[in-house]
Amino acid sequence: MTAMIDIADAKKTFTMHLQGGIELPVVRGVTFHVNPGECVVLSGPSGAGKSSILKMIFGNYRCDSGRIGIRHRGALIDLAIAEPRQVLNVRRSTIGYVSQFLRAVPRVATIDVVAEPLIVNGMSRADAQARAGSLLHRLNIPERLWQLPPATFSGGEQQRVNIARGFISALPILLLDEPTASLDAANRAVVVELIGEKKRQGVAMVAIVHDNEIRHLIADRIVDVTSFAAAA
Amino acid sequence: MGAQMADQDMIENDQPLLIAESLSKSYGRIAACRDVSFALYPGEVLAIVGESGSGKSTLLQLLSGQLAPSGGCVSYRMRDGITRDLSTLGEAERRFLFRTDWGYVHQDPAQGLRMAVSAGANVGERLMAVGWNHYGRIRDTASDWLTRVEIDVARIDDAPRTYSGGMRQRLQIARNLVTEPRLVFMDEPTGGLDVSVQARLLDLLRNLVAELHLAVVIVTHDLAVARLLSHRVMVMKGGRVIETGLTDQVLDDPREPYTQLLVSSILPP
Repeated sequence: MTAMIDIADAKKTFTMHLQGGIELPVVRGVTFHVNPGECVVLSGPSGAGKSSILKMIFGNYRCDSGRIGIRHRGALIDLAIAEPRQVLNVRRSTIGYVSQFLRAVPRVATIDVVAEPLIVNGMSRADAQARAGSLLHRLNIPERLWQLPPATFSGGEQQRVNIARGFISALPILLLDEPTASLDAANRAVVVELIGEKKRQGVAMVAIVHDNEIRHLIADRIVDVTSFAAAA
Repeated sequence: MGAQMADQDMIENDQPLLIAESLSKSYGRIAACRDVSFALYPGEVLAIVGESGSGKSTLLQLLSGQLAPSGGCVSYRMRDGITRDLSTLGEAERRFLFRTDWGYVHQDPAQGLRMAVSAGANVGERLMAVGWNHYGRIRDTASDWLTRVEIDVARIDDAPRTYSGGMRQRLQIARNLVTEPRLVFMDEPTGGLDVSVQARLLDLLRNLVAELHLAVVIVTHDLAVARLLSHRVMVMKGGRVIETGLTDQVLDDPREPYTQLLVSSILPP
């Protein structure tokens, strides 16, 4: 099988210039791969570098060394050395990312926040909004909220908008940072269902989940991040 | 994975629109801009950030051909597909480029508008400059653009000096975009506006840039503006580009001491 994500010996250190140049090692020797239709869950205590690894896969954090291999439109691309334009192309058509918090643009209606990834990829506004609506329905966001910007929503509602935005596209890779953290049981179950559907569509996923029950439900494999702990 | 690495250049092989090569500008012994090189592609938004005096405005003037460089050159891919060095263009050619394929949004709308003539004329003037002569069509197109930038068409015959700051800035944007340019330079377009007016303008700009597939070089000292609008940033200090990359990468994982200082100076919302 051809892996969708293939990470080899990736390393990340922060240098804090404003704190006298302190070196803050995050992870080193990060090596794992993810196949299509597989959900790999990263485990380890807070501060072990799980979110940093997701951000490295998304090209949001830079790597000091190593390789972040991503299968993009049939070819292998190394995000650790890719040009900004290439990273943007990979994000548009290959990697989706559900962050812990919604970073919403002021003034944009919820329905449009969710529909945007489809519109960017060429779908008509009406079709994209219809899909966004059905996903918001499934995630129990009442229709009366759809025309409002999500900035004033509760934490759980914002997270569900974020999930809808992340799950709406048919991208072959999905990164999930605590997608169920502030959700109630009913909505957690919806997210587990959505992840199951993505697996059946062959999407490769990397997830961070602290809830043991959810982890058992979604994980095909667990990668222990403590083994990548950078020597202090 | 087994397969060999794809040639990363093959992924997207379209041509750059604007190319800066080793651009420098000095005033006597003071270097305002040193050795700046980059390529801008169609539809790409590049933010130039830095404090006052970092050389970002000088760079914008060099890029838009308003200032001659002391060293290096700027080239632009014209509508006929041929990339030309700006310094080889005649004055008429350069002016034509400015009226058709380029836009320039000033921080102060009064610099980019004619304050005493009507809003409709401000927009229509750009069209007449490229040969439109049918009054009805010019007026229709101008009304259309006022609507797109959220100005009430009932105000079409009023002069911009009767407009609020936010409306003036939106009118300046309409005036620039009416000829469907491929490249727009923006110098602190949200500077001097109230925060609520800024948010509206940013949202409008973001949508227009995406819809029209505009390439933009935007100078700003506001990192929030860079995050919202740009794909890439260049951080300038003392006339040099000290850090460059994908916008969220530079802002979330800044490497240089000066960039870390800029990012850490943002007040939490």
